[in-house]
Amino acid sequence: MAVEALRPFLQGTSGRNTRGLLRLIILCTIAGAAVASRLFSVIRFESIIHEFDPWFNFRATKYLVQHGFYSFWDWFDDRTWHPLGRVTGGTLYPGLMVTSGAIYHALRILSMPVDIRNICVLLAPGFSGLTAFASYLITSEMSTSPSAGLLAAAFMGITPGYISRSVAGSYDNEAIAIFLLVFTFFLWIKSVKNGSAMWGALTALFYGYMVSAWGGYVFITNLLPLHVFVLICMGRYSPRLYVAYSSWFALGTLASMQVPFVGFLPIRSSEHMSALGVFGLVQLVAFVEFIRQQVPSRQFQTLLRGLIFTVFTVSLGGLVLLTVTGVIAPWSGRFYSLWDTGYAKIHIPIIASVSEHQPTAWPAFFFDLNLLIWLFPAGVYMCFQKLKDEHVFVVIYAVLSSYFAGVMVRLMLTLTPVVCIASAMALSTVLDAYIVAENPSPPPQQNGDANGDASKDIANFFKNSLRSTRKPVYGIYTYLSKVSIVSTLTVYLLLFVLHCTWVTSNAYSSPSVVLASKLPDGSTHIIDDYREAYYWLRQNTPEKAKIMSWWDYGYQIGGMADRPTLVDNNTWNNTHIATVGKAMSSREEVSYPILRQHDVDYVLIVFGGLLGYSGDDINKFLWMVRISEGIWPDEVNERSFFTARGEYRVDDEATPTMKNSLMYKMSYYNYNNLFPAGQAQDRVRGSKLPAVGPELSTLEEAFTSENWIIRIYKVKDLDNVGRDHASAVAFEKGNKKKKTAKRRGARVLRTE
Amino acid sequence: MAPKRSQISSTTTTGVPPIPSSPTTIHTPASSSPSQPPSKSSSATTTRDVLHDLWSRYTATTPQRTKLLDTFMAFLVVVGALQFVYCVVAGNYPFNAFLSGFSATVGQFVLTASLRIQTNPENEGEFGGTISHERAFADFVLGSVILHFFCVNFIN
Repeated sequence: MAVEALRPFLQGTSGRNTRGLLRLIILCTIAGAAVASRLFSVIRFESIIHEFDPWFNFRATKYLVQHGFYSFWDWFDDRTWHPLGRVTGGTLYPGLMVTSGAIYHALRILSMPVDIRNICVLLAPGFSGLTAFASYLITSEMSTSPSAGLLAAAFMGITPGYISRSVAGSYDNEAIAIFLLVFTFFLWIKSVKNGSAMWGALTALFYGYMVSAWGGYVFITNLLPLHVFVLICMGRYSPRLYVAYSSWFALGTLASMQVPFVGFLPIRSSEHMSALGVFGLVQLVAFVEFIRQQVPSRQFQTLLRGLIFTVFTVSLGGLVLLTVTGVIAPWSGRFYSLWDTGYAKIHIPIIASVSEHQPTAWPAFFFDLNLLIWLFPAGVYMCFQKLKDEHVFVVIYAVLSSYFAGVMVRLMLTLTPVVCIASAMALSTVLDAYIVAENPSPPPQQNGDANGDASKDIANFFKNSLRSTRKPVYGIYTYLSKVSIVSTLTVYLLLFVLHCTWVTSNAYSSPSVVLASKLPDGSTHIIDDYREAYYWLRQNTPEKAKIMSWWDYGYQIGGMADRPTLVDNNTWNNTHIATVGKAMSSREEVSYPILRQHDVDYVLIVFGGLLGYSGDDINKFLWMVRISEGIWPDEVNERSFFTARGEYRVDDEATPTMKNSLMYKMSYYNYNNLFPAGQAQDRVRGSKLPAVGPELSTLEEAFTSENWIIRIYKVKDLDNVGRDHASAVAFEKGNKKKKTAKRRGARVLRTE
Repeated sequence: MAPKRSQISSTTTTGVPPIPSSPTTIHTPASSSPSQPPSKSSSATTTRDVLHDLWSRYTATTPQRTKLLDTFMAFLVVVGALQFVYCVVAGNYPFNAFLSGFSATVGQFVLTASLRIQTNPENEGEFGGTISHERAFADFVLGSVILHFFCVNFIN
């Protein structure tokens, strides 16, 4: 029999080796699957950087590779935020660029020259394999079952919640940050378990790497202290905890301060204060423990509790006091929006305007996590069953990240690892109980190891929970239940794989720079307007030509067209963005001076009306209005863009303010000519446009892409003979001067 | 908090009762340290006795190596306090330098405390299997190297 032949490989030392080898092979396969499932976009489109932010990262990486590390560190970029410029080296998280730069040079040394673009495109899939491995490690720390880690790795590899940010080409900070997050947590668990300063120091090092890679490091900064705090409150303080936390905090804080963008934040901003406070608390507790060892006394227990309480309240009060008096920087706006989802909408429209900062819609949880979303609570329950130090960590992590994922779409990313870990623990417990072929024999001591473990688990699991299961349960006897449960789970898992592949291929693999549409005959049609327009800019405009666009496209213009921009996706200057918003939403007479003052040569807008592309500027227009209204409430008014009935319209009934705004005019300029007279239609908003299209006098159309998605306008120079542009245009058309005079007269009347 | 409170109470008590000379007080509990329970029950009233008891126990039971570590830690506390006082009095102008100097002392203190905890025979059960004294020292060295690397890098 095959089983008999295999027996030597499954027992004893060689059995252990075989299992280790198998585990390695499985992990490699999982990593391969994780990488492979992220390559849809490369196969379907090409090896291209996606979306918006990755274009900046790509550009920065190219700069790093070309100019070396030190000039990257001191990089002042005068081609963005014209005329302000940006101290790029000091205002970015350099981890991602440095990582890919290091890979680039390492491959070069190995005489395998790979284009930096390909490294950037494939970095995220590569790191997803590492993330799967890291989640194997952390789950193995949590659970004794050998299968839990492998399941967690497999889940982590293919869960859409993580794939959404790590497909090939999405070269964003999250690409490496999630690996660092999970691995830092693994090292933390390890250091808490062992109480070793070495693991603590490693945690600090990877924490420092994480700080250099992603702003989400604050999550770790708060989660680890919270873990320690909860453990202390549970009376679980131990010297191991002291060693782990102190070494992590002392080294990690210093490590995080090495990143110029973070700088003194760890001692100034409120987000980091909990770590500092818990550090003080741990010192205090350790000191009290030390005294207690010297003088054994019952009273110390009560003294300890009182002490913790008073110190905690005093330090919290001090923190509040310091924040109020302004010594410590107050919480940042993004942080407030985590607690109050309505906060950003009222106070900081620029944060609310970003789609990934919106609260999560509930189907998104099922969409991104599928089967795991109902295994997840079971896994957390198992953690409560065992509740060792590391399980407390998982519980805290689960609670916090569930909340945060509900508040902000992008934080689904931090929830995904814990969901994978917890559901792997739940699933492996079930599988361990049911998948054993042999019948369990009642005394667990005499069983084979796997069998005994499983039955013990079951016994522990059900102990005290139900009256009928008070007496120890040793396992499952009937083959029927074994086979039915195992086969059901297998079907579920297969469905999960199916779902993941489907979601990845349909929802998360679009570069959003290149669009794909299906023709009626089923063939794919590639819409490449963005690159067409950016390439036009690159070829036909002087190198110093300033391009104004809404900030969404700033990074792409910088990366693909290589032209200076006024605003970009690094939204550090709200006023500057509001200026652009004001120029877009005002009348030409108001906008033109703004354009001249900012040296704008070209204005770029995105218009989806012809194609039905909904992510265009008219749909984003209200955000421009809102943001500029925040700065100039007298000059820009959101209400005047809505009709009397409160509708946002672009057709005949659009308000005069809307019709006269530069954005509206630029979008629909000459659009009528595409259609028979009076038939012009906007396919995004599904409305018929006015019979007479808008007139532009201060701008002239320079370029319109194939499907009209991108339209570029050139800002006219001042008139040669000193007329204003409106009359110049009127003169060109052969109109009499009195028409403009009439218009003027009408305007004067209106202002009276 | 604990030492502060006890100091205050000890100063209040020093005024009232006649103080026995310190060497005798050290000697008597040190000799009677094995008979801990009676002394505890009787001396629970005054914190001063508790302090004496603590000190005597410490001198009696702590190994020489650990005492060395404690001296180092005390030194670090003094250095850190000096830096802090300087920062408060003379301003924090080279803030990088102050921060890295101060964090160097704090970090070194914490690492030394970790070493002390790990090598303390009373914590044998806690670290027993995994961390030997040599391993603890190696950890200490590794942590210190990383710490001082960051400090030097940060000092500007």
